[in-house]
Parts: sequence; structure tokens; C-alpha cells
Amino acid sequence: MINRDIVIIGGGPAGLAAAISCYENGNKDIIILERDNSLGGILNQCIHNGFGLHTFKEELTGPEYAARYISQVHALGIDYRLNTMVIDINKDKVISSINETDGLMQIQAKAVILTMGCRERSRGALNIPGYRPAGIFSAGTAQRYVNIEGYMPGRQIVILGSGDIGLIMARRLTLEGALVKMVCEIMPYSGGLKRNIVQCLDDYNIPLRLNHTVTKIYGKERVTGVMVSEVDENRQPILGTEEYVECDTLLLSVGLIPENELSRKALVKINAKTQGPEVDECLSTSIPGIFAAGNVLHVHDLVDYVSMEAALAGKNAVKYVNGLFKPGFSIIIEAKNGVRYTVPGTINPNNAEDITVVRFRTGDVYRDAYLSVYLDDERVTHLKKRILTPGEMEQIIIPKKWFAERPNLQKITIMVEKE
Amino acid sequence: MKETKNLICIGCPMGCPLTVELKDGQVLSVAGHTCKRGEEYAKKEVTNPRRTVTSIIPVVGGELEMISVKTKSDIPKNKIKECMLALKNLKVKAPINIGDIIIADVCDTGVSIIATKAVKRR
Repeated sequence: MINRDIVIIGGGPAGLAAAISCYENGNKDIIILERDNSLGGILNQCIHNGFGLHTFKEELTGPEYAARYISQVHALGIDYRLNTMVIDINKDKVISSINETDGLMQIQAKAVILTMGCRERSRGALNIPGYRPAGIFSAGTAQRYVNIEGYMPGRQIVILGSGDIGLIMARRLTLEGALVKMVCEIMPYSGGLKRNIVQCLDDYNIPLRLNHTVTKIYGKERVTGVMVSEVDENRQPILGTEEYVECDTLLLSVGLIPENELSRKALVKINAKTQGPEVDECLSTSIPGIFAAGNVLHVHDLVDYVSMEAALAGKNAVKYVNGLFKPGFSIIIEAKNGVRYTVPGTINPNNAEDITVVRFRTGDVYRDAYLSVYLDDERVTHLKKRILTPGEMEQIIIPKKWFAERPNLQKITIMVEKE
Repeated sequence: MKETKNLICIGCPMGCPLTVELKDGQVLSVAGHTCKRGEEYAKKEVTNPRRTVTSIIPVVGGELEMISVKTKSDIPKNKIKECMLALKNLKVKAPINIGDIIIADVCDTGVSIIATKAVKRR
């Protein structure tokens, strides 16, 4: 058994930022375990630009953003293992992993930071009838084929789901010579950024069919076409609206799910809404000493926020190892009236930073509404919002002084209000 | 000649529908925007739309099969296709560093194509 102060599971944007933060906060006994053959995670295949506007004040591509953190990891001499699959974490923070050189490796950690990211929802989760021919890919798989391996997944393409990866791939495949026939979105609004709708679809005259879904897949060996139908307000297909679209490839961009099999093995409590661990203001999970950050915690829109969140987890992991956590009463943050969830879900004022950033998403589109914060029954924040949409993560700042002023505070409520 | 162009603003999730009136390539008016950023976006988008182009090219003798590249700054939107054609059939030899110039001046835009990934020799 090897001993390490802090073990970081996953070397993507969250893992890299967490590791650098641990180091900068004074703990150098850290190791990153990464299952792929390079650090950087999903950024390696996100060759488009638009990353890092908040952090670096410039527009970088995914690989460039990753490289800034990877070179820092190298410069600081932070230890990492590639091609290393973590197969188990237990509640006593023993991490079991395997790779070709070390074989089975067991590490006893004082603190663990979960930064495994998320994965794509697959066809199996959608129940689309039809055969199981070749030619059905998740958008991210297609992105890897095109951008890393250099292969085209197909020539005539229909994309189901208007998440950002699907939109980005619509443009990417068009530029590489494929015909992207349409993007179907079951909801009345797109889950992607406006900028991607304009620059990935409109620029190339690719139709976006809102309130439409794929109801059947045709083809036995290879996809030959799909049936596209309009849906009603309950998202049920409307009879008579079926349209057959010939294609050889169907890409799915239908949502991301935090990857928490390892967290569950460690008995970390999972939030049903986010599918990620429940965390407090320090990003500590329900198991003391196990922290989580990035897309494993909740799916983000911008990598900049992943990096910031992970840096906080790293700082707190160091604090935990140094025994600096103070016990105390935890105030519950309640998500209400259109706010689907909050991260964190609780705040212990004794450990809170000067400000706590609470991130969340709404469950629907709201125009000219207000975001309100209540401390017990007292409304302290009332922010006018011209638009709130599930596709854009929102945040509220909770200053520490609110707790000092209200020693008996039990609950913070965040909600959407009409007025 | 007068013409009208319709756009969707990309400044924020509002996605305001913008209508721009032009005469001989000059903006006469912008309508539909609800903030200053929208007006500025509309003016730029109808007179000089530009985009950063990103793609990949094969590497010979490298640890990776492909490296990612981009136009160092944005190029006119109507040059995107030409730019992609300039990248077609192009190959580079490892090693490559981030920022290495792949094409010095792509399609007379005055903008170079640079590598966005480093690749070591195999």
C-alpha cells in the first residue's frame, strides 16, 4: 500500500486545477490518476475555440486551455499516472487502480478529490424503436473520431438533441464535407448556447427543428434513415407529422450524466437532481475527506467555472488534511420555484469563505423574472433577470457576513419569482 | 440599394431577433435589440462577419495521428470554405509545438494557421 495525502481521480480540467490548487495551498504529496493516455480530458477533442474567456481573457481552443494547466502541472512536478483506471474507492479512502506497469496499485489517501467528469446519455436511455445498425453515435464519440482519430463517422447526418456538443459537431462535420440534414430538439428551446446556434447551424443553413424528435431508426447493417416526428406539449409524438429522413448516421446529443460509479462505491451520497455528490460549501461530499468538483458534481456550460470550482476543492482538501475543518451547524440551501438544485446544498458558516458561490439551473425558461434569496423568511436578494433558461447555469453569491448577522439562521432559499 | 437583414443576437441567451437596414453596404438602422451589445453585434455581423476556423491535420511520425489547428485570429466568414480547402491534403511532421505556424497567410487573409496542440516525435 502506498500512502499519499491527496489523490485526485481524473486528469481533465477539474483534476488539473484541483492538483495545482493543492500544491499552491501547500500540499505537494499529491497524485493524479488518469485513465486516458494523456492529461486534459475532454478538452483534447474540443478543438473549437471559446474556452477561457473568464480565466485568461482570451478565446482559446480546448487543447490550448488544457495545455496551460498541463504545463503548470509539469512545472510544479506534480505526480500523475496515465492509462490508469481506478476501479474502487472505499469510504476509508483506499483507492485501487490498475495499469500496465504498476499492475494493481492501492493507495491510502488522507483526502480524495473526485474529478471524473461526466458521460453522454446513450440511445438506450431514449427508447427509440428500430434495429441496432452501425451509424448511431453519441456526439462526443463522433467528436473523438473526427478530431483525435481523424475518421469521419458518416456522410449524411441527422443530429438528435441540440446540446452544445451536437451543435459543434454539426459545424465540424459540415466543414469536413458531410451533409448535416437537420438537428432535432424535443424541447421548444435549444439546450445549447445562442452563439452555437448561430455560428454552427445558421452559418451553414442547417435547420433546427424544435419540438421534434426521432421516433424510429431504419437500417439493419447500417443506418439508412430516421423517422422524425413533431411532439406535443407533453413531448409525445403527434400522429401524422412523421417525416422520413434519409441518412447514414444519427448523432445523439441528448444530455450528460455525471460519472459517479466510484463515488457510489465510496458510499458518497448522490443528489437525485444533479446525479452528482451532495456537497457542502467546501465541496466536501457526505464522506469526510472526499471532495468533488467539475462535471462529476454537476454538468457545467463553461470550463472556466469547472477550473474555479476544482481550485476550491483542492484548497479545502489541503485544509482537511491539515485538520483545519471546524465542526458546526450546517445551514440548508433549499432550491424552490423553478430552481432545480443548488451546488453546494448546505453551508457551515464556520468553514465558509468570505463569499460562497452557489451555482444552479432553472427547470424552465423564465422571462423578466426575479432570482430571490431568502434567509429563513427574510428576502435579502431580489435580482431582475431578463431571461433564465435551463441551458445556462446561474449563480448567487452568499457573503459570510450574512451568517454573523443572523446566528440562528436555519435555511437559505433560492427561488424564481414573478415579481 | 436598400436591403434588410435578419439576425439572431448571440450576446446572451435572450437571442433577440435583430433587423438591420442597409444601403450600399452602410448600416442605416438596427431594430429589435434590447441592449447596446446587440446593436454593435448587428453592425459588425452585417458589414464584416468574421469567424475563427478550427480543424485538424494529420501528423507524420508523431505520438498522435492528428493535430488541431486554428486561424490565429478570425477571418472573413466568406473565406471559411476556402480556408478548409487549403488545409485539405496538408500533412505536418512531428514534433509540433502549440503556436507553430502551419500556413503563414491563409487565402490572402493575412492570418496564419497555427497549431493548437503539441505533438512529440514517436
